[in-house]
Amino acid sequence: MAAKISIQDLTVNFEGRPLIDDITLELPANRILGIIGPASSGKTTFLRALNRMNELTPGFTAAGQVLLDGQDIYHPDYDVVALRKKVGMVFALPVPLPLSIYENVVYGPKLQGRHKNSLDRLVEESLKAAFLWDEVKDRLHSSALRLSGGQQQRLCLARTLALGPEVILLDEPCSGLDPISTAKIEEALTLLKDRYTIILVTNNTKQAARVADDTAFFLMGRLVEHGPTERLFTAPRDRRTGDYITGRFG
Amino acid sequence: MRIPPRYTHRAAIAVLGAATLLTVAVLVFIIVFVLNKGLPVLSLSFLFTNPQDMGRAGGILPTLVGTLALPLLAIVIATPLGVGTAVFLTEYTQESATTMAIRFGTDCLAGIPSIIFGLFGYIFFVTTLRMGWSILSGGLTLAFMILPTIIRTSEEAIRAVPASYREVSFSLGATRWQTVRKVVLPNALPGIVTGVMLGIGRSIGETAAVIFTAGASLRMPHSIFDSVRTMSVHFYILAREGISSQNAYGTAAALIISVLAVNLAAYWLMNRYLARRS
Repeated sequence: MAAKISIQDLTVNFEGRPLIDDITLELPANRILGIIGPASSGKTTFLRALNRMNELTPGFTAAGQVLLDGQDIYHPDYDVVALRKKVGMVFALPVPLPLSIYENVVYGPKLQGRHKNSLDRLVEESLKAAFLWDEVKDRLHSSALRLSGGQQQRLCLARTLALGPEVILLDEPCSGLDPISTAKIEEALTLLKDRYTIILVTNNTKQAARVADDTAFFLMGRLVEHGPTERLFTAPRDRRTGDYITGRFG
Repeated sequence: MRIPPRYTHRAAIAVLGAATLLTVAVLVFIIVFVLNKGLPVLSLSFLFTNPQDMGRAGGILPTLVGTLALPLLAIVIATPLGVGTAVFLTEYTQESATTMAIRFGTDCLAGIPSIIFGLFGYIFFVTTLRMGWSILSGGLTLAFMILPTIIRTSEEAIRAVPASYREVSFSLGATRWQTVRKVVLPNALPGIVTGVMLGIGRSIGETAAVIFTAGASLRMPHSIFDSVRTMSVHFYILAREGISSQNAYGTAAALIISVLAVNLAAYWLMNRYLARRS
């Protein structure tokens, strides 16, 4: 089967210093890839290279290829706005825009000129898929800032789903959340992989073990090891992977 | 010798409190003094009749029109220019020698005495462009005078919008312009309005730049090409020429009340806007 995303020799530099060093990785569709690794190992930079968010910060340059459905997203003719619609992103900290819950969900679709009549249904579907609908259905028009942190993060997920993406990038989405909110997001992700390709960066190796089909271990900007989650966690091929997973890593 | 902290603590409260008290007292004194002298003169007929005998008798209707027209024209011109410049500098350019030069230039412009703007307006708008003494010349001059304030306050307000909002907007497939329109400007609006209010305040009270560019005609203007006298100029002439100190105070009272009214209206609108958003 052809890969949904094919990353070839990807290097990302920030002010001349490599944050991501020569990574090659094939991601099949409808699977969850967990990315684990210690702090500043390049996980977030890697994720942000896949929807070209890095380039919003001056000083970033990327080399190599990232093929989405066979097309190089770094090609000068590639439409970056269309890319971000196809490759949605949920950030580490929940950042609801200071708008109502409803307006947060329809922010992206409205920009694309989606017709008003279909928005109500889209909001309901997206919030249901993010396991938030029952908690907010009676106050869709109140401010999203009044939601709890866990609810806000699920709203951010719903907002991403409302774009109708093909790939979802999640950057440590549960880092600030309580266990119940974390469980809800993990449950949502497990159900969502039937329709999306998901990449989940996490600082919590157990979370990768719970939800990821495949896991990649990053260290200092390099991909150390990549394989089916079960195999990687039970029989890591690289000693460093084993050390990190078992917590022996300094 | 070291003074014990509890004494320095008390001394700080006393000194800071005294500074505040003095400031408020001076402000209140000025307002009470002017209103005390001016309010007895103020009446609906004073506001809404034409002056007679150079302002010795009659009302101040044309100067009321001038005081409304000039700041309004200035704001209508300066707000889009200033906010546009601020958006361009903050959202569309990276910090460089050019942007620093532009910022330095606007800061210098903000410090230039208003009479210099008046002189410039007189030479450029009134004479060179043959606009004459008119609402148009005065409005344009005031617009350039308040432009730096609007640019700098708008810039600060735009910078204060969290970067994460922009990131979210981009990640949801927004273009830069859509991000500016939907996320940056709505969240910067309270700060931008503050800058515009400062601009209105400055242009309502401006005298020197206005005499040079809008003239001091006491006739009712019929278009923006007519000369007009604002309340500040009227007050200046009445007091300076010794025409009528009574009517001068009446005009001053009307001026103070209109500045207060503008500020109150702006606060009310802003609170309504903020309440609706949260």
